[in-house]
Order: sequence, then structure tokens, then C-alpha cells
Amino acid sequence: MLPLQSIVSGSKSLFNRILNIVPMLLALLAALTVASFLLLAMNANPGDAIHSMLQGAFGTENATAETLVKAIPILFVAIGICIAFRGGVINIGGEGQMIFGALAGTATALALAQMSGPIIIFASLCGGFLAGAYFGAIAGFLKAYFNVNEILSTIMLNQVAVQIMNYLLNGPLLDPAAAGMNNIPKTARIVEQAELPRLTISLGSIELFAKTRLHYGLIIAIFLAVVIYILLWRTTIGYRIRAVGLNERAARYAGLNVQRQTVLAMFLAGGFAGLAGVVQVLGLQYRLQTDGSPAGFTGGAGFNGIVAALFGGLNPLGAIPASIFFGGLLVGAQKMQRDLGVSASLITAINGLIVVFTVSSQIFRKRLKIRTASQQFPDLDAEKKGSALGQNV
Amino acid sequence: MIEQIFTASVFATAIRLATPYIFAALGETFAQRSGVLNLGVDGIMLMGAFFGFYAVFTTGNLLLGILAALFIGALMGLAMAFISVTLKAEQGISGIGVYLFGLGMSELLFQKLIGTPQSVSGFPRLNIPGLSDIQFLGIGEIFFSHNLLVYVAFALVPISAYVLNRTTLGLMIRAVGQNPEAADAMGVNVARVRYFTVTFGGMMAGLAGASLSIALLNVFQQNLTSGLGFIAVALVYFGGWRPFGVLGGALLFSFVNALQLQIGAIGVNIPSEFAVMAPYVITIIALIFASKRTEKPTALTKPFERGE
Repeated sequence: MLPLQSIVSGSKSLFNRILNIVPMLLALLAALTVASFLLLAMNANPGDAIHSMLQGAFGTENATAETLVKAIPILFVAIGICIAFRGGVINIGGEGQMIFGALAGTATALALAQMSGPIIIFASLCGGFLAGAYFGAIAGFLKAYFNVNEILSTIMLNQVAVQIMNYLLNGPLLDPAAAGMNNIPKTARIVEQAELPRLTISLGSIELFAKTRLHYGLIIAIFLAVVIYILLWRTTIGYRIRAVGLNERAARYAGLNVQRQTVLAMFLAGGFAGLAGVVQVLGLQYRLQTDGSPAGFTGGAGFNGIVAALFGGLNPLGAIPASIFFGGLLVGAQKMQRDLGVSASLITAINGLIVVFTVSSQIFRKRLKIRTASQQFPDLDAEKKGSALGQNV
Repeated sequence: MIEQIFTASVFATAIRLATPYIFAALGETFAQRSGVLNLGVDGIMLMGAFFGFYAVFTTGNLLLGILAALFIGALMGLAMAFISVTLKAEQGISGIGVYLFGLGMSELLFQKLIGTPQSVSGFPRLNIPGLSDIQFLGIGEIFFSHNLLVYVAFALVPISAYVLNRTTLGLMIRAVGQNPEAADAMGVNVARVRYFTVTFGGMMAGLAGASLSIALLNVFQQNLTSGLGFIAVALVYFGGWRPFGVLGGALLFSFVNALQLQIGAIGVNIPSEFAVMAPYVITIIALIFASKRTEKPTALTKPFERGE
């Protein structure tokens, strides 16, 4: 039986819940304060900027849909990042894993064009997941067995993936119809029955998002976020992964195969980033295309997923609102750029600040937690102290 | 074919391209030797590149460009030190945050202050009298006909090695990175030493960025470094945390880069994507071999807590 109530309220006390959220909000506030000063320095009114961004992100039905569309790949990546970071593996390779997922998923969809829709979609999603997973597992394997810093290896693998994609899109996977023309590198279009259906929400007589690009990827992503929440906190598999992340040495003494957990965490993390890539193709673009730049296909979702996961407290359920928030930030920034002439790259800078402030605020949370924990359960003290994210960089 | 690829100009290009790697990786060596992993190097380089470029673009004064890059580098290094030393934040992730900030901020400032791609006249080639004319094996062209920053970078390698290995400051830095508790007990201010090394590392990263934007390429564009700073961090591992090891790694990489340019230029039939990929693949392989090294500072990435 699923303990539904405990999924909603969690096993922690309300106090701890608030404790989890407060540092995030403070981090956001700090980042927005710095951003306001930046805007002022550029002769832009921060109030106007926020208004413009809110309008752009949620002002109309279509704007909201675009925000959700943007949030989908971010959420997929963020779910995977939660698994990796909880396992003590700092996976920065979302971009590359996403590309591998998209490549495999697109190739599968193109190869199975004769099949029926559900089969193509299912096979593509599986192919995308596995390609991302194995690509991610490389970094996990190198960390587990060769002690290679996973941050550096995943960053290098991102660049490798971009080049492999560029090569394939200019050669073997190039759209036959576009061959010979100096076009955007892209694959052929997938068949119509392989497209993920558009998503509308019926509220009585009102059909929400009827004429927008919102697709079923959102439902898949939210469903999987719940699944991974259960996996991480309600199953032995998740317990093992988190045990390694919490305290590697203790996990080893307890008899866990630490190396295997590290590879598994990266495998799953890569798989979810891979899903982000393939869903982007099946639900939105219907083909794999890039402008040749590193983020030409991903739109930076591999990085933004990290920010969303951190901001969501490394909890897949928290990652849902966090991803929508960052989706809104990105979509809103486009309007801000048009209205105020402030470059949308402001969002990249803000994201960096949010990461820095979120990670920095952990010190306050840790101190508070240690204090409350030692008052209630003195023997938990040692365990809590050891719980530093990725201490074994 | 072979003679076409391994020309004197390829070697000269390799020496030149080593400059940003050397600056950034030397600075990072100091930070890591004291126990701090600064992964924001690439972001700091981008900011240094922009500030250096902007100063030269508006004033035409190269010295001002260098000072601007050093200044912004010091500022961002100081911020990274505050995050990792005072706030004791997880270093890997906060470094990524600093990177994203530098990436976004340099682009934002570029769009606002310059807008379209421009070029400046950067550091001119400085021929060393007498030596730059040596024709034998192209030695003159390879070693003695570069811009000023190239000579500065190579001169910094032995200086860094001397400071780290032969001075009290170097001893303190190594002690803080190897055994902060013992260093603290001996009266060394662990936090102050780490602030110093990370700030210095930031200045070097800023200089590395400027060496791209006002000496090597003389342009600025979005994401000018394209991950060069991350390779520089990897080079520190590769070089075994020693300045001369770092120099060796930097030369290896710049040589691969130069070869890649040359292969593209003479049209060898290798897909360009594989040539572009090569440095990153080599970095990963290098990291595998570097992992066997035992010189890694014991306290690397571990914040220092007194009395634990």
C-alpha cells in the first residue's frame, strides 16, 4: 500500500519542512536583490523588469503553456540530479546526457517509422533513457573505480557529446531532404504517430491550453518525479544510494558496495537527462536540430536542471515547482529583453547566484538542524554532521 | 603531409595558446594546494576577458586592460573565498554557481556596453633582439617572437615553483592544504592563507581571460573561453599539483589545439568535430592517469572547522 499521506506531508515534522524552505527563499531573495542592483546599474527599473517577466511567463494562457513547455526538460534533468546529488555524485553532465538521449531516441523513432505510435514512443523513450544512462554511467564508473573527479569528467563529456551530435547531424543522421543544402544541422522529421500528444486540461466547459504547444511530457515528468521520490525514500535501492551520499565510509562499513551505488546513481541520473532529450524531440521539435553551439539543442536545460534540483531541496517533488519557476524565469526573460532591452543572459547570472546562495545557506540550516536534532535525539547528532553533500569531491 | 602539419608555426602557436592555460592553472594550483577547489575558474576567466577587453576597447591602454582583468579576477576570487572558506559551502557546486554567474554576467555586460563583435589591437608581438632571428629549426619563431603575456606566463612557472617549495609562504600554503589542524596549532591562520590563495587564483584566472581577449584573439564574444577554464582545473590534477607539471600539461593541450587548427587549415580528411573533441577526450584520459597520483592535498575540498 502506498502511504499517500506520508508522500504529501513527508515523515518530517512541519518544523523541519519550514526549515528546508526558508534558506531557499532567503537564497532567492538574495539573488533577486543582487539582480535588482544589476538592473539599476543598467538604467532599468527592477519593478518594470519583474512585471515584464511575470507578464511574459504567466500573463496569458499561451505564456503559461510556454513556461510549462520550458519546464519539462528542466524537470526531467532535475529528477536525475536529485538522484545523483543524493548519492554524493555531483553530475554536471546533464547537457551531454540529454544530447545522447535525444540522439538515441530520435534514431529509434526514425528507424521504427513503420510501427504504430505507442510502440515507437515507448521504444524511443526507452532508447533515450538507456543512451543517457550509459553515457552518464561512464562518469560514475570513472569516479567509482578510477577516482576521477566527476565534475570535471562530466563537463568534458558534455563537450564530447556536443561534437558527436554535430558530427551525426551533419553526416549519418542528416535529414536526406536537407542534404547538400547549407541548412541548420537537423535530422529528418519523425512520423506523425510518434509525436507525444498535445495536452489540454478540461475544467468544466473550459479547455485550458487547447491551442498551445504544451504536451504530455509534463504528465510523464510529474509522474516520474513522484516515482523517484518513492524510490529514494521508500525503497532499499534509494536508501542505499542515499546512504552512500550521506556518509560513504559508514555505508562501506555497513557492507554496501559503494562503487555500485555510485555507478547506479549516475546511470539513473543520466537516464533522466536522456529522457529530457528524447521528450524534447517527441513532444516539441519532432526532429533533432541544433545551431552548432553547445546549448543549441538543449537550451541549457542540462544546467538549469541542476539549479532547479538544488532549489527544490534535492527532492524530486520540490523540483516540480522549482522547474516551473525556472521555466518561467527563462520565458519571462525573453519578454523582458524585448521590453527593457536587458539581455536575457541576466537569467544565467541569476541562476549562478541562486546556486551560490542556496549552497551557502546550507551552513545555517545545518547548524539549526544539528541543534534541534541533538535536543531530540542526541545519538543522531553524529549522523547529521556527516551529511555533507558530496564531501568526497 | 607530416611536414605540412608539424611546421615551426604550429609549435609557435602551441606556445602562444599555452598562455591562458598556464595562467589559470598556476593560480588554481595555489588554491588547491591550500585545500580549496575553485571550479569557477572559467567564469572568472570570462569576466577577466570582458573587463580587459572593455578597458582596451574604450581607452586603448593595454596596461589598463590587464589591471581591469586582475581587479575583477581578485574580486571574484575573494567572493569564492568567502563562499568556500567563511560560509564553508560545498566547493564543487558553488564553483559551478560562480561559473554560471561569470558566463551570464560577461554576456550581459557585453550586450549592454559593446553589443556587436568588435576587435581591438592587443599586445603586439615582441621579438627578443638577436634570438628571434635564429633560423635553426625555427627556434626564433617558436620561442622568441611572442606577445609580452606569453613570456610572463612562462616566467611565472619557475617563480611559482620557488614560492611554493622554497618560501615560508609556500610552506604555509602546503601545510594548510595538507594538515590544516596542525597548521592551525602552529599558529598559521588557515582562513587567511586560503583567502590569499583563492584571491590570487582569481587574479590569475582574470589574467588568463585577458590573455585571450587582448593578446591572443583580440576579440570578445559570448562564452569566449568555451570551457578552457575547466580544462585548466583538470590540468592541476594532471600536473600533480606542481607548477612544472602544470606547464607540461598546458603545453600538451595547447599543442593538441594548435594541431587541430592546422589540420583544419590544410584540410586533412578528418571530421572537424573529432578534432574539436580531442582535447576533452585527452583530458578525461589524463584525469584517469592523474588519479593514481599521491600528491593530492589531503584537505582538498574540505572546509576547516576548528576543534573538531
